[in-house]
Amino acid sequence: MITKEVVEHVAWLARIKLSEEEKEKFARQLSKILEYFNMISNVDTSNVEPTFHVVELHNVFRDDEEKESLPQEVVLKSARESEDGFVKAPRIL
Amino acid sequence: MATGRDEGLDVKIGLEVHVQLTALKTKLFCGCSANYRGMPPNTLTCPICLGHPGTLPVLNRKAVEHAMMVALALNSSISRQMIFFRKNYFYVDLPKNFQISQYDKAGGVPLSTGGWVEFAVNGEKKKVRIRRIQLEEDPARLTYPGTITTSSYTLVDFNRAGVALLEIVTEPDMETPEEAYFFLQKLRSIVEHLGVSSENMQGSMRCDANISIKGGARVEIKNISSFRDVRRALQYEIIRQKQLLRRGGAAKQETRHWDEDRQITVSLRVKETESDYRYFPEPDLVPVKISEEWISEVASKMPELPDDRRERFTSDYGIPEYDATVLTSNKKIADFFEECCKLYPNPKKVANWIMSDLLRNINETGIDVAEMSITAEQFIDLLKMIDEELISGKIAKRVLREAIRTGRSPRKVVEDEGLLKISDEKMIAKIVDEVFHEFEGAVADAKRDRKAVNFLVGQVMRKTRGRADPEITNKVILSKLEEK
Repeated sequence: MITKEVVEHVAWLARIKLSEEEKEKFARQLSKILEYFNMISNVDTSNVEPTFHVVELHNVFRDDEEKESLPQEVVLKSARESEDGFVKAPRIL
Repeated sequence: MATGRDEGLDVKIGLEVHVQLTALKTKLFCGCSANYRGMPPNTLTCPICLGHPGTLPVLNRKAVEHAMMVALALNSSISRQMIFFRKNYFYVDLPKNFQISQYDKAGGVPLSTGGWVEFAVNGEKKKVRIRRIQLEEDPARLTYPGTITTSSYTLVDFNRAGVALLEIVTEPDMETPEEAYFFLQKLRSIVEHLGVSSENMQGSMRCDANISIKGGARVEIKNISSFRDVRRALQYEIIRQKQLLRRGGAAKQETRHWDEDRQITVSLRVKETESDYRYFPEPDLVPVKISEEWISEVASKMPELPDDRRERFTSDYGIPEYDATVLTSNKKIADFFEECCKLYPNPKKVANWIMSDLLRNINETGIDVAEMSITAEQFIDLLKMIDEELISGKIAKRVLREAIRTGRSPRKVVEDEGLLKISDEKMIAKIVDEVFHEFEGAVADAKRDRKAVNFLVGQVMRKTRGRADPEITNKVILSKLEEK
């Protein structure tokens, strides 16, 4: 059962602002989704290898060879504010 | 020797060490240069390490191999299949709002698990177990204009974002801050001998520490920038937690921040639990299978490690195990010793001078071994000046200290300060005459009392700033006393 408090916590972790109605709604919907997962959890998978990835690929590598990076001015275009080549951000400790 | 242990306090220390794989040319998941030191900010980035939508990370094969070398050197068992996980959190240093890392729960498999490091603490052997080693990406570098406490905003340089990082987690097997310090020294020596990480580079090894004492919860200390500060931060925490105990309280579980300026730990007052990171398998990266053959291939390329080198030092150079342990605790010092031995026939003497004078002076001046400017040639030149009786051993110590402090060669210090030994009998005789004139009373005593002779020798030394040959001085004084 997902409570409104859990929804609020998860929303905070994801930095999403929710209205009171949305919190109630998502609590209901998420509880429902978890019920489905509980059903899946009941399947005996003790002899099944975990699926980490849906494609049957492994060991995709690249060599340690340098490629050209983006020019600084291009990078800083995606920043709201910059200073001396740095991206400017709020101070958080 | 005191163990430094707080008996009955049950101190348990565990470390989480981040080692940058500085020998790599590029970042962990993209081809941007990993050589970010000294580069203008935000010039080594691309859509992958900036976390732009629609990009795919591709793993650097060499990063895996370097990580495997570290795992082998720490006796850690390499996973046959490892996977990457996303660690989700928001912070200004994290462009994607998640870090690609590894995890040992929820089905996660890190690079390796288990292992141990053995090292010496004040001559005693200590073994610390490794819990796991994982591969992850470094976040961006943050700077604060002005100081960290007064700045109103943060400046972000994404050049470091995505650089390959190893996280090495120990079991809480250390009992004193001293042990934590020597563990880190040994670890650094190992990664340097492997050639995967260089101490020459600031911030290439960073460390968080966990500490608990009897009855208290585990406290994590973050933001410790040097090995010395690891020791200081832990010493501080032990005192703080002991005081809590004495007042009938106990440490609560929390994360504290090491304040380097004030040399104290400060509560961060953040409540983050592991589930808040919402770890899940990274869908953009496929599993890495590590075959037995691949491991053997990497193992066959492993260079000599500090423990093997220590054994070789005792057998090849005939120096005591203690000396060999001290010399191999730092790769640069071990290299320096071997270079010196090529130029000088007496390894024990070289070892003594390195351990007692070179290292002590380096520690006292606070210079990092990596920044030491004296060369093996210059160092041996100093020993040869003693052998050739150009300077006394006592003066040589002074010369070495000056050379290390100022970066001048020992020969240059001797020349600049006029420290050549005075062996010229006539010159010494002249100084002895002066001393005899000044200390007539002592001269009278000296005829009867040997102690007064020493006093006169001391006065000659004072006048010559220790440069007069003590034997000749002694001889001249005695013969002059006879004449009286």
